[in-house]
Amino acid sequence: MAKFTLKINGQTHRVDVDPSTPMLWVLRDHLDMPGTKYGCGVAACGACTIHLDGSAVRACQLPVSTVKNQEITTIEGLSASGDHPVQRAWLEHDVAQCGYCQAGQIMSAASLLKINPNPTDDDIDAFMSGNICRCGTYLRIKAAIKTAAQQS
Amino acid sequence: MENNATTYSRRSFLKVTSLTGGGMMLGIHWLAGAAPSAAETGLDVVKETFSFNGHIKITSDNIIQIMAQNPEFGQNVKTSLPMIVAEELDADWKNVVVEQAAFDLKLYTRQFAGGSQSVRTTWKALRNAGASARHMLREAAAKTWGVPLDEVTTNAGVLLHEKTGKSVTYGEMASAAAEIPVPTDVKLKDLKDFKIVRSPRKNVDGLNIVTGKPMFGLDYRQKDMLIAMIQHPPAFGLKLKSYDAKQALKMPGIKHVFTIKLFPDKYERQIFDTRTFNEALVVVGKSTWEVMNARKKLKVEWEPITEKVECVHSFGSERDEITPAGLESTDQHFAKMAERAAQSANELRKDGDPEAAFKNAAFILERTYSAPFLAHNTMEPMNCFAHVTESKAFFAGPLQAPEFAEKSLAERFGMPLEQVEIQMTRMGGGFGRRAYAHYMLEAGLISQRAKAPIKLVYSREDDMTYGIYRPAYTATYRAALDANKQLIGFHVKGGGIPEHPIAADRFPASAVDNYLAEGWEIPSNLTIGAFRAPRSNFNAAAEQSFLDELAETMGKDPIDLRLEMLQRAKDKPVGKHDNYDPDRYAGVLKLVREKSGWDLPENKGKNRGVAAYFCHNSYAAHVIDLTIKDGEPVVEQVYSAVDCGIVINPDAAANMVEGAVVDGIGNALYGALTVKDGVPEQNNLNTYRIIRHHEAPKKVDVHFVQNDIDPTGLGEPPFPPVFAALANALYRATGKRLYKQPFGVKSVE
Repeated sequence: MAKFTLKINGQTHRVDVDPSTPMLWVLRDHLDMPGTKYGCGVAACGACTIHLDGSAVRACQLPVSTVKNQEITTIEGLSASGDHPVQRAWLEHDVAQCGYCQAGQIMSAASLLKINPNPTDDDIDAFMSGNICRCGTYLRIKAAIKTAAQQS
Repeated sequence: MENNATTYSRRSFLKVTSLTGGGMMLGIHWLAGAAPSAAETGLDVVKETFSFNGHIKITSDNIIQIMAQNPEFGQNVKTSLPMIVAEELDADWKNVVVEQAAFDLKLYTRQFAGGSQSVRTTWKALRNAGASARHMLREAAAKTWGVPLDEVTTNAGVLLHEKTGKSVTYGEMASAAAEIPVPTDVKLKDLKDFKIVRSPRKNVDGLNIVTGKPMFGLDYRQKDMLIAMIQHPPAFGLKLKSYDAKQALKMPGIKHVFTIKLFPDKYERQIFDTRTFNEALVVVGKSTWEVMNARKKLKVEWEPITEKVECVHSFGSERDEITPAGLESTDQHFAKMAERAAQSANELRKDGDPEAAFKNAAFILERTYSAPFLAHNTMEPMNCFAHVTESKAFFAGPLQAPEFAEKSLAERFGMPLEQVEIQMTRMGGGFGRRAYAHYMLEAGLISQRAKAPIKLVYSREDDMTYGIYRPAYTATYRAALDANKQLIGFHVKGGGIPEHPIAADRFPASAVDNYLAEGWEIPSNLTIGAFRAPRSNFNAAAEQSFLDELAETMGKDPIDLRLEMLQRAKDKPVGKHDNYDPDRYAGVLKLVREKSGWDLPENKGKNRGVAAYFCHNSYAAHVIDLTIKDGEPVVEQVYSAVDCGIVINPDAAANMVEGAVVDGIGNALYGALTVKDGVPEQNNLNTYRIIRHHEAPKKVDVHFVQNDIDPTGLGEPPFPPVFAALANALYRATGKRLYKQPFGVKSVE
């Protein structure tokens, strides 16, 4: 066990955990922030996507000991009240079915638009391919990303 | 208007003081149609709440609370069922707050997500619930104002008396309405007056989802809760022999290692009691990561199972189910199925003289189709919170069938039903997998043994390799043609491991003079269960591919052939004919023909395939257009036509169909769970291929047949015909017929 100080969603958090613990489980089990989802544990589904210094990473592959001073943003901190352009676009297109993967999809989409404010269909496919939606809402996700691109 | 007897036999008024007493994990509820800040503000001033029935509560400050009675796993019932109540109540949707109902069969019927039945089976009861409350509000207003009841009307949550100009909100009249007896019968709205049903309404949990609020089973937690995981045998056909937990118990955070036995010997199983392994080795600790790590330190010896026979009860019937010993492999499964298919099978339906038709045929088309086991791979792996004490068994988790689970749990824990409490969390997908509540039983037994509240968590590997899979199937279709290439006989013989898929009375039964359907089965120790449109998902793939090839053989357009057969089933049906409505079946084919421009010259050169199917009370047809790029199919466009009667929430319904199309394409191209020596060869999402963004169709156009027929479901019916529409389009693109799922990409090279 070791003590870590983490900057998450603009706040400082302290945890005492095994250094190998992935951020996914630090968030979910130790900090009561379950918006970041467990889907596979091997970076194959994207459900646990968070931002590390603004870039999308899979929290299941990010040991807490490697985070150090980098800023973490989770779905809970993407906006104050669900008004990030990507979140608004998701609501406008009523994207979700079961909803489980959507936090990860949204975090990936927000990261994509930061890098590429006007992505083409191919850009979206390439960037978002790591995020599985088992309900098959891919068409709405793509439409929502385009709407968000226009609004941000 | 339609008169309807109400289902409420006695008054159930309840005056409560707060909206937030529903026992949900979330303390905050959002108004369905309004911004969250407005909703939160609204809730701050809640004074009194009046309950009209199990579905409706109205506050003095005019918030309409509607309970969502069925479990939600993405099929939109948490929004669409309350829409039905709100419609008959004539509420203003902006003022509606939806809350997930607790599992309570005294208040609700059929709290079950499965079989595409949620809307169909609750439609009348929900309309009655809304109409009863509206009637009581009107009667209260008539009394208060001293005017005849007939003169009191409503409009979007407001009671009106035109002659005097009086009007009040439902909230203002709720207190007086609570004194009115529940009407014995009520008038329902004319469909033409619908304002909420049939117009798109956003998902009531939309904001919770996009902001990552805890809603799912895996998000559930209680103070001092422990985490449990199961170490299951590495292969089907093995069981626990012995274990050494010394090292595991030394790992940080670990509290217990023990075994549990799910059912006692000679237990007579109910259909949804399916479980893969009856004995489970369990690790319990403080956090998920610690338990995952400790589990790796277990030293376990496994041994082969012996054959067992269990009595299984299924909706009133019972049968003996054999679980054979041995380590099975997929190659061996398909070899065995081929061998078994050559032998005689059970006759399921016979019309006319099929033997003579095939004997006299000028030409026989015979094709064999097969499909592998499929894993559900819900995005949220199986899990359940349980706290079992001597006096109570409490569960919170994602499950489709609480009614079945409750009975089995009560029996297993030796408690009356009243002592078993189940809270239904939102499910991160279901697809049939969560109808099997073995994970709840496991969680309960672990909690009982650990004497603590626990959450059982399946890793993705556990979830995929310890599954209740879609069975492996094969079927041979034969068509007898006379010298004029007319269809004179049809024969399907299907089987599977461990069940056959054949639905003998479905189309094309009744459409052919001489018809034979047969089935056979081979037992297995792999556990199987419902998977989105059970059996239909295979039948449609095979039958609708066969009809495409048959049409080509007969020199007919594939839609024309189907329409001719349906016309025959309508005009002069052969044998028993109560399974499908030929007009509605033809209706979706005609609609998809029109919307896809099937007959337009400019579309003739496209690689397009068509398929249709009827199952779970709704009709669906798809046309798929695709191209081939670098040997891979690119689905350019899908046209879908669906007849599910009245469409409650059109945009969400379209979302369901789009999702079914994506899911169907994905499973047809890639879906497979294979085993070698009893070990699943795929154990995570990096080895089990699921359709991804870049493989999804570029466009899906969804169209609904417009009619006033009582609504039926949508979760399953659009799924089965996707497989064949894809196979038929791939044939046009590649010249190759596809008989074996998954189609993969090699087949189209």
